[in-house]
Amino acid sequence: MDLLLYRYRHLTVLLVAIVAQLGLLAYQVRNNQDVRLIRVWSVSAVTPLARVLEAGRSGSSNFIDDYFLLLTVRDENKRLQASLATAQLENQRMRAELGTAQRAEALAMFQKQSPMKFVAARIFMNSTAMSSTGSSANVYVDVGASQGIRKGMAVITPSGIVGKITAVYPTASMVLLINDPLFAAGVISQKNRVQGTLRGQGSTAIVDFVQNEQTVDKGEWFYTSGSDFIFPRGLRVGPTTEVKPGPRRKDIQLRPSGLDGGIEEVLVVVEGVHAPIPEAPVAAEPISLQPPPAPDPGADASARAAQTGPVSTDADRVVDRYRSTVKSAVPPAAPPKP
Amino acid sequence: MSDFSTSYTDSPRKKNHIARYKWAVIAGITLTAILFQVYVPRFISYLSYLEMPLLVTVYFSLMRRSPTLGLLLGAAIGLAQDSLSSNPLGMFGIVKTLVGYFAATASQRFDVETAGSRLVLSFFFFVFHQFFYWVLGRALLGQPIGLELPQTLVMAVLNALVAVPLFHILDKLKVSE
Repeated sequence: MDLLLYRYRHLTVLLVAIVAQLGLLAYQVRNNQDVRLIRVWSVSAVTPLARVLEAGRSGSSNFIDDYFLLLTVRDENKRLQASLATAQLENQRMRAELGTAQRAEALAMFQKQSPMKFVAARIFMNSTAMSSTGSSANVYVDVGASQGIRKGMAVITPSGIVGKITAVYPTASMVLLINDPLFAAGVISQKNRVQGTLRGQGSTAIVDFVQNEQTVDKGEWFYTSGSDFIFPRGLRVGPTTEVKPGPRRKDIQLRPSGLDGGIEEVLVVVEGVHAPIPEAPVAAEPISLQPPPAPDPGADASARAAQTGPVSTDADRVVDRYRSTVKSAVPPAAPPKP
Repeated sequence: MSDFSTSYTDSPRKKNHIARYKWAVIAGITLTAILFQVYVPRFISYLSYLEMPLLVTVYFSLMRRSPTLGLLLGAAIGLAQDSLSSNPLGMFGIVKTLVGYFAATASQRFDVETAGSRLVLSFFFFVFHQFFYWVLGRALLGQPIGLELPQTLVMAVLNALVAVPLFHILDKLKVSE
């Protein structure tokens, strides 16, 4: 017996190793539970090294840029980019509110809503998952449980949704990108209000479960519907690139706007706020604006001063309309009692 | 016992030569291979087709010539890869266990010091790896994983071409006798 075991010891170890891993696999599939300890060990072993590599790479790159090429512009650019991203999101939310609710009740609702809270994160490595295209549609971001991240949180950029958190570790989290075949989210079209399910397809995405009888235009934008309890309603998803009837359901291809131009910095939605779907088309393309009219000679001085002020942006105009709505809707405050 | 020993001692010297490495070197190279796979393709997306953990598994299994060591190393590397993916633990683990075992077994029959044999074995084990991963994914998990044969063969050739100089570099890390 001993001789037999010795003779086939390699084969015995192989069988033990295979059976043990099959058991591990069966346990996870059957109970739908993860063996978290092993993952934590691996992630804890690899992520610090990846962070060091990333820090070294970005540090050396920044050093060259900062001290040899652009001494101060880089910091300024970063600050402006962050500011622009926040302004874009705020602008989008305000435009959506304004487009769908002109009444005072809507304004009151808007005032009660608190803006979304985010945690800024940076993608620093891919996962090892193998997809049919050979590339991974899972990435790691450099924020984890210690920053308040929880499984299921939405990950977005100002351009659109990016993915959702699928695993959280102490200092890192895994994000399932929206182009992964396993990704799904509830979406709704902007113009025709057609609901569907967004699913990844490698480099692009599709909107599934839309009946052939329903109307979706090519180029029509889709937004999150909020029905998946992950993404707040009203976030951009992307425009359709191809719409045609299929054998059973409509075949709708969509270009995820959140993945345009690659992703590096993202926002994890810690506290989401639902917003209405905007009525107006997304201002993605440049539009021609006429110059402001000449001041009326008969107008008073204050109106002239307002018209001759600096050229305002869309956001400024939206804010002005809000202010005028507030003035007309909110009654004047009662004088304080003595 | 005697048969097993004889099969080794009667072989030509080059065939039964067992390369030795420090454990720190094996661990370091393994970790580097996994880091390469998760970090480098972020900047050079074409390199995502390189299966560095697989090449490292094949190399150490071939050079150590011990099926037990090969399968254990393959299992460890595979489980580490599984841990960093969204898959259940065991998918890469089982496949790389088999790769480690069969690579070490093959090393007892072939001269694995030549570039030609390394090229062929790397090509073969890449296809083997992809095929078994596809089988396991579909059979055990029911995942809709596709296996595109032409693409797999091209990737196998690329990996084999990288394996030859990589193995040559790793040869420098052997412990001198």
